[in-house]
Amino acid sequence: MNQKDIKLFTPTTVVLLIVMAVGGLAAFYRLFFGLGASTHLNNAWPWGLWISFDVLGGVALAAGGFVIGGAVYILNWKKYEPIVRPAILNAFFGYALAATSITLDIGVPWRIWHPVIMWQVNSIMFIVAIHVVLYTTTLATESSPLILERLNMKKAVNFVEKIMPAIALFGVLLSLLHQSSLGAVFLIAPEKVSPLWYSSTLPYLFLVSAVLLALSMVSFETILSARVFRHKPPLDILRGLARGSLVVSGLYLLLKLKDLVTGPGVGLAFNGSLVSNMYLLEMIVGIILPFCLLLLKNVRTGVNGIFAVNMLVIIGTVLNRMNVGIVSMAEHNSRMGYDYFPSWMEFSVTMAMIAFAILGFKISVKYLNVLKLEH
Amino acid sequence: MGMNRRDFLRTAAAGSGALLASGVSPAFASMPKELPTGAVGILYDATLCIGCKSCMVNCKKYNSEPGGALYLQGRTASYEVKPGAPFWDSAEDLSSRTVNVIKVNKSGTGLNKDSTDNGFSFIKQHCLHCITPACASVCPVGALKKNPVNGVVHYIENRCIGCRYCMMACPFNIPKYEYESATPQVRKCQLCYHRYDEGKYSACCEFCPTGASIFGKVLDLRKEASRRLTLKPGDEYDFPVQTVDSKQKSRRKVSKYIEHVYGLKEAGGTQYLLLAGVPFEWLGFNRNIKDQFLPDLTWAYIAKIPAVIAGVILAGTATWAVTRKRNKDKEG
Ligand code: SF4
Ligand code: SF4
Ligand code: SF4
Repeated sequence: MNQKDIKLFTPTTVVLLIVMAVGGLAAFYRLFFGLGASTHLNNAWPWGLWISFDVLGGVALAAGGFVIGGAVYILNWKKYEPIVRPAILNAFFGYALAATSITLDIGVPWRIWHPVIMWQVNSIMFIVAIHVVLYTTTLATESSPLILERLNMKKAVNFVEKIMPAIALFGVLLSLLHQSSLGAVFLIAPEKVSPLWYSSTLPYLFLVSAVLLALSMVSFETILSARVFRHKPPLDILRGLARGSLVVSGLYLLLKLKDLVTGPGVGLAFNGSLVSNMYLLEMIVGIILPFCLLLLKNVRTGVNGIFAVNMLVIIGTVLNRMNVGIVSMAEHNSRMGYDYFPSWMEFSVTMAMIAFAILGFKISVKYLNVLKLEH
Repeated sequence: MGMNRRDFLRTAAAGSGALLASGVSPAFASMPKELPTGAVGILYDATLCIGCKSCMVNCKKYNSEPGGALYLQGRTASYEVKPGAPFWDSAEDLSSRTVNVIKVNKSGTGLNKDSTDNGFSFIKQHCLHCITPACASVCPVGALKKNPVNGVVHYIENRCIGCRYCMMACPFNIPKYEYESATPQVRKCQLCYHRYDEGKYSACCEFCPTGASIFGKVLDLRKEASRRLTLKPGDEYDFPVQTVDSKQKSRRKVSKYIEHVYGLKEAGGTQYLLLAGVPFEWLGFNRNIKDQFLPDLTWAYIAKIPAVIAGVILAGTATWAVTRKRNKDKEG
């Protein structure tokens, strides 16, 4: 199967388009009638689904770009070269998602550019904003050969490929900083965030889990595209990624356990409250199960085992971001007398973002040489 | 890939120039930790408060004027009076229309004033004007600023992007957002700083009939607060009314205080000080608010950034050079 055989107008595409249309309408509604009319945010809950899923989750899901870019261009592990383009393109969509959602989420979207000129270096939010701007530019440069090739601009392609290691290093640097700074955002509120998640190591936890998620996400996509194009999945690449996941999930597990034991103590995790159960769910699905499964050699080396672990890590890490962004503050905020559950418009905008990313990726695969398929 | 080490370094350096520029000059970055020289504030004494809510009404009235915390062109003060409510203003909590609220906490029969035992106590909630404000430290665009002279933490509407990080960061949950509007603002008490030029001061203190809220220099307020803690319950004392240095006094019997001036140390200290006859936790203050400067927590992270930038560029370049050579050796 090759690029030309990818059908664009399938039933799935139609569903994706409908989801995008509904979300688009909700987004317009939000712009014209305000956050109160479209979301369930309130006096105690300044942030909700859009910040937790789209921004925290979206940026974490996009970590594949810097991890694989770093491996191929900085560590010169050329084995992973075949997956570097999809990883970077995927990152680009992750950031587009995060940036669009943050634009809708802030109360005054037409001032989104303010941080670029009104510096306030005490603010993690300022640091994040600058990084998102710089990194989206970096990702665009990294993906530019895709477009330039299509336009037959050989010289430009050569130039970009020549400076690619430097761009990749810049991307790695920015990603290290802002993956961790998204965790650092919550350092300011020790009196609100549940001790199950609050820790001075939050920035490192966000970084390590983003790397873990990156490996799983890239592996997941590699397997999926192998299925779509009916070619054999590149086993040695998948096995390499799985070995990496084993090491990183072990490290992540250690860090999380250390925080639990030295912080609130193990008891808090088992007190049966909804918040504690969400913590346990995240720990089991996202960290403990994947780590234990990866310890088994036949899981780590077979496509089906790897695929299962990937699913667990993706769900578990996104759950972690939702927990930090929403669940961790539930006890504090409900003491203030307010609850939060996203409105249907919040959900529909988020679903539209996901649909956009899937469809965008599909179109790119059809028209651009993302997977370096034979023509 | 035909890139040599010099090209590589050059591109990396050019690219990170913008980042390094943000490499944080300490003077630019520092959050003050000392009480400003001319710091003004409010002392609220819950034992003197009779719950008349005059402060709430007048807060709204005088802050709906230009420059006020609730000002919006074409809007007059909005008193959220409920039908049949026994008060002038019956807002129950802080909101984008209410930046000052009187609440009552009760237990049991609620008969004894300033007691947790079958008693009740009032509490007045508004911005504490922290000495090192978390809200101002997290604002990405500097839309919340602490005045270096009088210490008022005020809001600059036309900078604000509406990210609501200030709401997340404030340990006292003070800033509120106008979700109901398509062109929203953050609303919080600004210590009536728009009235200082005409020689006026906080409306909530000017219109407090008992002296429960008094305005003044923070140093004087601190002295007054600690003096009250030394008084003997049952003795008579001339409580100043409106301002701490007022000629007008209200002679009253001293109630029993708990040994705590709230705001001396909490969150690094605040310019709003409180006294009460019951524990502040009982009045709704979060017990997890520690005596610490909250912005230090995020600064500990931000301060590492320049070192990380330098480290990653150096280590990354070295790694690239070494691994590339190794690959070449292997091929060759
Ligand atoms: S009380 Fe809250 S809003 Fe007021 S200065 Fe302190 S941190 Fe800012
Ligand atoms: S909502 Fe406005 S004032 Fe508050 S932190 Fe964001 S930009 Fe600053
Ligand atoms: S100082 Fe002014 S704005 Fe603040 S609560 Fe009192 S009256 Fe309201």
